[in-house]
Amino acid sequence: MVGKTIKKWWPIFVLPTLAAFIIGFLWPFIWGIYLSFCKFTTVQDVTFVGFSNYAKLMLDKSFSHSFWLTVVFAFVSSILINVLAFTIALALTKGFRGTNVFRTVFFMPNLIGGIVLGYIWQTLLNGLLSKWGQPLLALSAKNGFIGMLILLMWQQIGYMMIIYVAGLNNVSPDLIEAAQIDGATSRQILFKIKIPMIMPSVTICTFLTLTNGFKMFDQNLSLTGGAPGKQSQLLALNIYDTFYARSGPMWKGIGQAKAVVFFILVVAIALIQLKATSSKEVQQ
Amino acid sequence: MENKKKNPLATIILSIISVLWMYPIILILFNSLKKESAITTSGVFSLPNKENWNGLSNFVASVTQMDFLKSFWYSLMISVMSVVLILLCCSMCAWYIVRVNGKLSKAFYYLCVFSMVVPFQMVMFTLAKTADTLKLNNPYNICIIYLGFGAGLAVFMFTGFVKGIPLEIEEAALIDGCSPLQVYFQILIPILKPTIISTAILELMWVWNDYLLPTLVLDIKKYRTIPMAVQYFRGSFGHVQMGPMMASIMIDIIPIIIVYLVCQKHIIEGVVAGAVKG
Repeated sequence: MVGKTIKKWWPIFVLPTLAAFIIGFLWPFIWGIYLSFCKFTTVQDVTFVGFSNYAKLMLDKSFSHSFWLTVVFAFVSSILINVLAFTIALALTKGFRGTNVFRTVFFMPNLIGGIVLGYIWQTLLNGLLSKWGQPLLALSAKNGFIGMLILLMWQQIGYMMIIYVAGLNNVSPDLIEAAQIDGATSRQILFKIKIPMIMPSVTICTFLTLTNGFKMFDQNLSLTGGAPGKQSQLLALNIYDTFYARSGPMWKGIGQAKAVVFFILVVAIALIQLKATSSKEVQQ
Repeated sequence: MENKKKNPLATIILSIISVLWMYPIILILFNSLKKESAITTSGVFSLPNKENWNGLSNFVASVTQMDFLKSFWYSLMISVMSVVLILLCCSMCAWYIVRVNGKLSKAFYYLCVFSMVVPFQMVMFTLAKTADTLKLNNPYNICIIYLGFGAGLAVFMFTGFVKGIPLEIEEAALIDGCSPLQVYFQILIPILKPTIISTAILELMWVWNDYLLPTLVLDIKKYRTIPMAVQYFRGSFGHVQMGPMMASIMIDIIPIIIVYLVCQKHIIEGVVAGAVKG
């Protein structure tokens, strides 16, 4: 009955969101897919060129470099963040003193924006590197990569830790007590009870860390700016760079084609990951 | 069960890690108080002392050069307007989607979920052009873009919650002669309050810190949000003045820390609620 009554009220309830969604997402998305098959510098001089942008992007060495760099970065950062966040969460659910203070501290970096985070870590890491006589972030792709990993870990461990703490607090103490009475070691309790019981948290945390790793832009821009050359450029920055930093009539089309490839990559990884980890969830 | 352990070793280890965790921010704070000459690449670790003490003049320089107050105002206005609009429109929309539950509303729901995964680079160029055409390229109208791009998360969170609300209350109110709008404002909003707070926090964290969307949509010469101002400050002054730069980072962080310490409980609950819905 509620459904029937409010159905004709859609201009008030749905239309504002729907209209904004079309303006802010749906139309730009569809238009973007179309433009990836075109050559253009502004929206007035669009000519259809078929798949040639896609053929050209295969030849762009900076693209394949940043593609693989992003894949490695996303997986490595996701694993490190999840393992460390889970370890801290385990420590914080043991009922030690001061747990709340630690939780507050670990979560804090998450609220700072990516641009500012990049400059904070640039100052700190360049200081350390010059003390140790190592090349600075902007001069060494390896140091830049490690720097981005450290930065993203600092930013996201707290967030994931909060989710893991909530998951661990939901594991019924009865279950653990029963296992202890049956003589299970704390190692067995961890691997046979706690981890299987918090698989939903693992699913959501891997999803968030993987997609954040793939989509990382602000931190990359401010920490290394892609330097040296384009060697520490992740995909998002590479696409931005193709659009706005390269002159030449063909680059915008290629940039849009890169964005489509990027989009397909992120969606595919997200789907595969959700399927893989949610199949391991236990029904309670 | 051995609970409420007093394990001094664990507390000490965690305390050390916590101090290290805060160190990057402390380092910036110290440097923001030092003279320009003391902030060299390798000199950043020296503590502020009598010789290099610069008081608050870095902060003054940064606020005036960055036009910080203006940026703060733009950031605040854009964030508040966008989040209020997102909360109002998306909770209405989510209620409709759940209660009407036809093919079209389902399709819209799945589109919203889909939009959460799509990277921004996919739409950045066309979105900026659309915003220009529709005159949404100023800080007063940009909230419509944020409503469109932020709808995914909000609709997703709200539908998850509305599904759990029993129909009876709404039915009773409608039978008693309430209009759907009255039902929404007087019954639904109070029930939805916890989710409204969670969603507000997640969306606020995103809009406040967002850099690329406002950079592409707004005219950077006229309007700068705080992240844009920090990046502009760093990028366009030729020789970067490190002192004011450090101070500008601090004035970006300080309001965030204050808000965090005040509403910590809500923020942490908001994050958990957002994750559990997924």
